[in-house]
Order: sequence, then structure tokens, then C-alpha cells
Amino acid sequence: MDTSRSYLEPSSFSKKLAATIIIVYTVITLIPISWMVMTSFKNVNSAISYPPEVLFEPSLEGYVNLFTNRSRQSQEYLDSLPAPETWYEELVRSREMVITGPSKFLGRYSNSMIIGFGSTFASVFLGALAAYAFSRFRVPLKDDLLFFILSTRMFPPIAVAVPIFIMYRKLGLGDTHLGMIILYTVVNLSLAVWLLKGFMDEIPKEYEEAAMIDGYSRLQAFFKVVLPQAMTGIAATAIFCMIFSWNEYAFAVLLTQFNAQTAPPFIPTIIGEGGLDWPAIGAGTTLFLLPVMIFTIILRKHLLRGITFGAVRK
Amino acid sequence: MSKIKIVNLQKSFGDFTAVKNSNLTINDKEFFVLLGPSGCGKTTTLRMIAGLELPTSGEIYLGEEEVGMLRASERDIAFVFQLFALYPHMNVKNNLSFPLKMQGYSRSEIKTRVEEAAKLLRIDHILNSNISSLSGGDRQRVALGRALVRRPKAFLMDEPLGTLDAEFRELMCLELKKLHIDIGATTVYVTHDQLEAMSLADRIAVMDGGEILQADEPSVIYNKPATKFVASFIGSPGMNFINIDQGISNEQSTLNIEGTDFSIPKQYEISKGKKNSFGIRPENLSLTNEGGLKGSVFGVEYLGSRKIITVKTNFGEIKVKTDISTSVKINENVQVKPSNDNIIIFDGETDKSLKSEFMN
Repeated sequence: MDTSRSYLEPSSFSKKLAATIIIVYTVITLIPISWMVMTSFKNVNSAISYPPEVLFEPSLEGYVNLFTNRSRQSQEYLDSLPAPETWYEELVRSREMVITGPSKFLGRYSNSMIIGFGSTFASVFLGALAAYAFSRFRVPLKDDLLFFILSTRMFPPIAVAVPIFIMYRKLGLGDTHLGMIILYTVVNLSLAVWLLKGFMDEIPKEYEEAAMIDGYSRLQAFFKVVLPQAMTGIAATAIFCMIFSWNEYAFAVLLTQFNAQTAPPFIPTIIGEGGLDWPAIGAGTTLFLLPVMIFTIILRKHLLRGITFGAVRK
Repeated sequence: MSKIKIVNLQKSFGDFTAVKNSNLTINDKEFFVLLGPSGCGKTTTLRMIAGLELPTSGEIYLGEEEVGMLRASERDIAFVFQLFALYPHMNVKNNLSFPLKMQGYSRSEIKTRVEEAAKLLRIDHILNSNISSLSGGDRQRVALGRALVRRPKAFLMDEPLGTLDAEFRELMCLELKKLHIDIGATTVYVTHDQLEAMSLADRIAVMDGGEILQADEPSVIYNKPATKFVASFIGSPGMNFINIDQGISNEQSTLNIEGTDFSIPKQYEISKGKKNSFGIRPENLSLTNEGGLKGSVFGVEYLGSRKIITVKTNFGEIKVKTDISTSVKINENVQVKPSNDNIIIFDGETDKSLKSEFMN
């Protein structure tokens, strides 16, 4: 009898099977993303060539087009200009164009940053306070309130788009950063309260009691003792909130045009000569992907622990 | 350091009364133990002294000040939790300095005090360690250290040795006692372990069902228990009780059980009813051939220096502590007799011990 392996360990066959499934799934998921990244490094022609080019000569044209506005000029005019000073000017000239100024992309991108991080911070902060209260105090109608909070997630947010649109116009919140931060915070808050309440419940109340005996007020104890221990939960919650508000498209299209427009509604509208500028769109989406990716990688350690946290009673 | 006084203290949770009308005075520099089975209200009493629970009624005095309704942070006491509650995101040094930071001490003062406490508790070599890497005993010491850096008015401890293994508990017991002698702090200590209570306490309060049954020195609690519960809870094994269906009259000094007259200390109190009990500790009983209660040997436990012999009688099992040379066989017929007059009669209606020449 083979006694060399434990019955708790999966067999090497099931390990291999699991690995194969994961690899296949990863490849399928990565194909569109890698196609997007590849498109961002193609030039306009190879991006739309048929059959699609898998091997191509990389170019930064998409990124240059993403960040600049350009206009086509006659060859004589181009010849009359002084020699191009930078590599991107040279690239644009080779297409018989000149740069007329920066595009709106950076502005939209920073709107996304402000609104994404702003609403994430607000959701997590308010969510943590509410979760703590629900976890520690005798709140009247606690269960009903928690269900009520959860019920705000039971319909797709876009179902209330029209009333919100009208309300925002009347309140002057349309196309403002504050308006979008409030909107995304409201949508995320129920998730944040529920997730964080689970984590708060896991933290023994003796820690705050110890801090209060050590001379701290309850609020100080919350910040100095409870929050640091809830970091896992906070990280996990922050990632979920960030992913939602960063990617949100429908409300952004509806409620923002100029001041507070985020990147998702802006990127698909990048139009070059004779149609959509696919390399620029690829470049935009690639850059759009980065912050959430970096944010998630930084918090990954917490996220993994966060999702499985509390599964096993210590 | 201060004395602690609680007056008519009561605490209810909804319909349940956890602490009933309790009165206690804990003297300055005293090591005071609240002892009782779980659910007896000892921890609730301690938490009210700490300010972690607010009393339903009654007063708590810390020194001369009435603190019953003050926040925990305003009371200047220290609390050692059963699970230590050391802040896991800070290292030992930061755990120790955490209470001092709040009180606005200068950096150098904090450093001196932390080092002083660490030295006293012999944890100065692990000041920079993480809490998670410490052993149970070291965590215990850090928890004590966090309590004593502040030099509070009183130390409150809620079963601080409860999670340690037996061997270590004994060691920490000794250390705690020594620490108490060194710093002379008023200490209120909660435990359900009577041995711990006996070895640590200057005075013990035994609680049951939310009431303080008796508060006195360990030897008095052991030898002259005020109620039947105290008598059975304290001691290992507990006191033997023999139910007697007869009233006790004043000046009575003999008691007839199963046709045999036993002499008892002269009674000074009349029993309320006819169902009373006769209480005697196992070490005050001996085996005899005649003139005792008849029974048969049910079991023999060998304890190294002593033997405990369980005798089955018509009044239930009676435990007798004998010396090691006594040899009896299972089922052998024996008789049991008191070897001195450390005998207490408990009133069947009130469960209280009756006054006598011994219980004066």
C-alpha cells in the first residue's frame, strides 16, 4: 500500500488537472487583453489589416495619437518647418501631420483617478465606521437596517439612472467630480458595510477595551487599534470599490460631458482620420488598465487573506 | 494605589441579574480574588470596576472618588485580559508604551518607564519582537507590563493565567505574587480556579449566582465557610455533607446519626427547619472499627503523600483523606468518624452555616 502521501493532500493527477484548467482559463482570459496591448503598439494600417497581424513592427504611434491632437498639412508646409525636435514630432511629420496640442486624454484620466480613488476612500471610510457600529453597538432594528443596506444592491444601479439624472441636474451635481464621487460611494457603500462588518466581527472587542482602559476614547481606539487590524478587510473592500468605480461606464456617459468625464466614456470616442483610431484606443485602454492592476498587485497579499479570512475559526 | 469600595452594586442584562446587590471593600495594596464558577458574576463585577460595563445601580469608589459612571479611560486603572489583548500590529515596546503615549509623557520618560517595567518582568530582551512570535508566558508578561507601566490606582485581572498550561501557570502564579509584593499594588483578580485563588489571595470573595457569599482570608474561607456552596466549592475534594433530618437546638453538643452519638461543637444557633446537613472536610475524618458511620470502601485514590478513600454509606459517598499507610480493599466494610471537632452544621433552609463553638 502506498503510504507516502497524506489523504488530505490532493493526488498528483488532480493537481495536474487543476493546473491545466487554470492555465487554459488564464490563456483565454489573457487573449483579448494581449490583443489590446498589441493593438496599442501597431500602426493604423496594421491594426486593421486582414488577416490580423500577430507579428508586426512595433510603433508608438497609438500612444502619440492618444496624447496629441494633430492636423494634416501639405508637404510644402512641412518642408518649410524647422526640423522636428522630438521623436514624436518626427513620427507625426512622417504621417504628413503636425501636432496642434495635447489631447483631452490626460484630463479624462486624472478625472478617473480623482473620482475612483475619492469614492473608494469615501466608501471604505464610511463603510468602516458603519460596520464598526453595526458590529459593536446595540443598533435598533439592526437586522432590518442591514438588509435595507444590502437591498440597494438588488437592482442594477442603471435602473435608477433617469431619476438620478434629473436629480443631479436640479442639484447642480451633473458633470462634477463631487457628484460622481457621491454616486459611486453610494453604490459601493452597501458592499463596503457588509464586507467590513464581517471583518469587524472577527476582531475581539477586548482590543478596544484594552485601549480604552489605556486611556483612549472609543474613536481613538477605533483608529489606533481596530482599523490596523481590519487592514485585510479594508484592502479587499478597497479593491472591489476601486474596480467598480474605475470601470463604471453607464453613469459616466450619462452624467458627465466635459469637466468630470472619466476615461471609460472618453476612450471609445477617439477618432482619427477616416474612422476610429484603433492603436490610440488600444493605448488608452492599456494605460487605463494599469492603475487598477498596480493597486490590486500592491494589495494582493491582503486580498487573498481577506477573501479566505474567517473561513476557519482560530 | 487606592482602596476600592463597591456599595449595593447591581447589574442586570434584560431580565437576567448578573450581579445582585453586592458590597465589598478591597483594601489598599491588597491582593483580592473574586472566585466562583462561570456565570457567577465575578467578571461582570470586575468589568464594572474597570468601567467596561456600567452598573444598573450602586456605587463604585476608587480611593475617595465615586467612579461608577465614568468612562474606563477616566478611571486610571489597568486591566489584564484573559486573552491578553496585546495589540498584534505593534511590537512589544509599542504595546508597552501605548498607554503612556496617551498621557503625554515625554519620549525619554516613556523609554525609562518601558525599560523599567521590562526589566522587572524580565522581558527586556524581547522588546523589539512581534507579539505573534512570543510564547504564552511572554505574552502574559507583556500584558502585565502594559498594565504596570502606567502605575495605575489598581490592577484588575480577568483570569490572566487561564490560557497557560498547568506547569507554566504555577510559575506565573509565583511570579505574580512576587510582583505584587514588589510593587504593592491594589489588585483585583478574577478566577474560577480555587488553587490559584488560595495561593495568590490576601482575601477571597466567593461568588455564586451574582451574590457575594463570603469575603475573607483564604484560611477562613477554607476552614469556616459561611455557606454550603462555599464549603463545597473550596477544597479538593470538597467538604462532605451528611443530611440529617433533625433540628438543631441551642447549646446542643451531640448529634445522633444512625443510632450513634457524635459529639459536635456546642451550637449557638437554632436551625430554622428539620432538614439540615452536617459538614466535615475529608482530612478531618478517619477510618475506625467502631463508633462511626458504617459503609464500604468504594474507591481509593493515591495522591503521593496522601490517600483519598471514598466510602459508600447510607448518606451517600463520603471522602476521607488518610495517610499513606492506611490500606483498605475495595468493598471492605469500614466505619468513618470525625477525628476532631472541625464540624459545621448547615441550615437546610438558608444553606448558611450555624454558629457554634467552632464557627464563632
